[in-house]
Amino acid sequence: MLLEEAISSGPTFFSLAPWIVFFPGIGLLINIIFGGMILERGKWGEKIVGSIASLASGLAFVVAVLLAISLQGHPEGQIVTLTDWITIGDLSIPWAFQVDTLSVVMMLVVSGVGTLIHIYAIGYMHEDVRHNGDPNRFRRFFVFMNLFIAAMMILVSGDNYMMLFVGWEGVGLCSYLLIGFWYEKGKDGIGNAMAAKKAMITNRIGDFGFLLAAFSIFWTFGTFNFHSIFEKAPEVAAQNPEALLFITLCMLIGVTGKSAQLPLYVWLPDAMAGPTPVSALIHAATMVTAGVYLIARSAELYVLVPTAQTVVTLVGAATALFAATIAVGQFDIKKVLAYSTISQLGFMVAAVGMGAFVAGMFHLVTHAFFKALLFLSAGSVIQGLERGHHHVAHDPRLKKHVKGHGHEFDPQDMRNMGGLRSQMKITFWVYLIGAIALTGIPPLAGFWSKDEILAEANHLNLTAYILLTLAAIFTAFYMARQVLMVFFGKARTPAADHAQESPLVMTVPLMVLAALTVLGGALNLPFMGFHNLTLWLEQTLEGVVKEGEFVVLVALLSTGLTLVAFGLAWWLYNPRRYEEFWGAPAARRADDPLRSYIGPVFDTLKNKYWVDELYWTVILNPYISLSRFLADVIDWQFWHDWFHDKAIVGSYNMLTRLLAVRFDLGGIDAFFNGLARLVQRFAGLLRRVQTGYVRNYALMIFVGVVVILGYLLLR
Amino acid sequence: MVPIQYYTALAVLLFILGTLGVLIRRNAIIVFMSIELMLNSANLAFVAFARARQALDGQVFVFFVIAVAAAEVAVGLALIVAIFRSKHNIDIDQINSLQG
Repeated sequence: MLLEEAISSGPTFFSLAPWIVFFPGIGLLINIIFGGMILERGKWGEKIVGSIASLASGLAFVVAVLLAISLQGHPEGQIVTLTDWITIGDLSIPWAFQVDTLSVVMMLVVSGVGTLIHIYAIGYMHEDVRHNGDPNRFRRFFVFMNLFIAAMMILVSGDNYMMLFVGWEGVGLCSYLLIGFWYEKGKDGIGNAMAAKKAMITNRIGDFGFLLAAFSIFWTFGTFNFHSIFEKAPEVAAQNPEALLFITLCMLIGVTGKSAQLPLYVWLPDAMAGPTPVSALIHAATMVTAGVYLIARSAELYVLVPTAQTVVTLVGAATALFAATIAVGQFDIKKVLAYSTISQLGFMVAAVGMGAFVAGMFHLVTHAFFKALLFLSAGSVIQGLERGHHHVAHDPRLKKHVKGHGHEFDPQDMRNMGGLRSQMKITFWVYLIGAIALTGIPPLAGFWSKDEILAEANHLNLTAYILLTLAAIFTAFYMARQVLMVFFGKARTPAADHAQESPLVMTVPLMVLAALTVLGGALNLPFMGFHNLTLWLEQTLEGVVKEGEFVVLVALLSTGLTLVAFGLAWWLYNPRRYEEFWGAPAARRADDPLRSYIGPVFDTLKNKYWVDELYWTVILNPYISLSRFLADVIDWQFWHDWFHDKAIVGSYNMLTRLLAVRFDLGGIDAFFNGLARLVQRFAGLLRRVQTGYVRNYALMIFVGVVVILGYLLLR
Repeated sequence: MVPIQYYTALAVLLFILGTLGVLIRRNAIIVFMSIELMLNSANLAFVAFARARQALDGQVFVFFVIAVAAAEVAVGLALIVAIFRSKHNIDIDQINSLQG
């Protein structure tokens, strides 16, 4: 093969590695400094700012591609040290980029999908600026997005756990900033800010676990460097298996936070408060997969601790099923996708947990494609509806018809949609492709990756296999329900009736992602000679990767069950039936056809198993009460009122009063006052002498002279 | 020649009268006159001793005393006039605002 020879003998681009962080950094600096100036130039300003950000992300993608090409020739990879970072005693942490097959896969996904989403966001955020007025939001958005890309790149490219942690926190920060992007909106005007806070705090709990793991790693291994740790790991596992168990389980806590697994997944649905490109980039395609990457990166620790592997697998599988069931009961188009994301992340975590690292990473990649696609299409649907709503609201003729649908119109509620197939053709087709890929119908990407996980689960962990298969059935059901509710049937609101397709700047990235979704499975087909991703990752995860095998029975079973779920969804939500159901007067009909069959269960699903309420009752309210108690009673009443005011201030007052009254006034002052009074009294006696009569003075002088003379004479 | 003792006795007598006048009388002018009386008793003693000792120093001294007394009379009478102007009275017992 000429090409391969050219590649293997050609130059390597490993030294470019730092630029995957520098490019987004430069992009965000340009936008911070010049963005405001550029935006003032009017209509083109937005495009320029967006293009700078997209270009920064795109250049990072180019670097990632160059690194991938270099890896073809030198699959062992390279560590590119940029500078020293922390040096304390024996501990030395360099700022070094680990370029190997695993990290480059992540870089490609992050920068590739990230660039498409940046381009899409130019169109999407234009609408936001148009509706909300402040052009500087545009700059803020793209600065945060570039910051996210930079942080994510640090996360995936670090060669030690500390750098990974910097990226880990960096993406968490960007997630917080972008969830709260519309901080003035939401319930009571603080709903979005609360969602951002929830994401931040929930992630802090996970990060606490991650930090414990990092500290224990340092305690056990004396270093943070991946290579040194993995080298020593078997030795440690033989001597001190508990340490490794502790490390891996604490790491799992971090994973459950960042990758939204049970029990810390609650922040992700609320994170949908952010703009849709953010949901696509951060809360579907990249950041939430950081946990999966962390486990894959630490594969060599996990394979040594079977207990931890089992726990991880079960957490992932349980999450997959749990979230998939909740998605069935949601009406918000983005919430359905959010729970779907949690569920799919459960698949990945389960996969990397049971040792199917390639399957997990494979699903990570394909999921990044189709979930980004789904979210972006959902964003297109939402804006299409908003445009429709806008159109209706500003047309006096139409407005008369729709009395009462004013401000409470929710463009994300699927019940307000319907029939969008004809209004938004491109969005419909790409959405359909994404949905089919997600449900795992061959030959789309989702099928290959999900099937690989199921096949691995089938012979590695039967419990997980059953849970995941059930989750797959629910996945097919809720996706079919969503597609039917959104795109089929007749428009249920005037806004949906007048929905308009999104501009090209949004639809082109959708089409690219759709193409990737169709073709993405080719990365790792389970046939001889096509295990590309397996061979690729084998270079890094040496000895822990097995070739995934294709189990016909598993594939047939999962596909069959998916089709059954499709049928069920069609039976419940087919356009004719749903219209009939919707046609009934609002007061007498249920909110969903499913309710008539499984009433209370549907309530449970709709209310997300009351997990948020449970957390409020069990953790948050007691915690808030405790903190109130600590603040009001312990701090304020005890420390402030009693200890500080009464005990300290009181006794000090008493002491000073004692000193002032008894000692100063009673002792010192009284002494000197007494002295003064004595002098005064004596002076009072003496003043009698001074009569003011001259003759008295003269008499005195005379007597004085007589006395002195007498003395002198009689001496 | 009158013996010196007589002169001296008269001077002493005059001085005592003057002193008593200063100490006892309340009219400022009388007090003033008493002071003149004391000065003149001293003058008398001066000239008496100058004569007895045949020396001119005493005589000269008396001239000085008379000159000073004249000046003193001018100042003293001016004071009394000033006091009278402010108090309409020259009773020195009324002028006791310096009392303690």
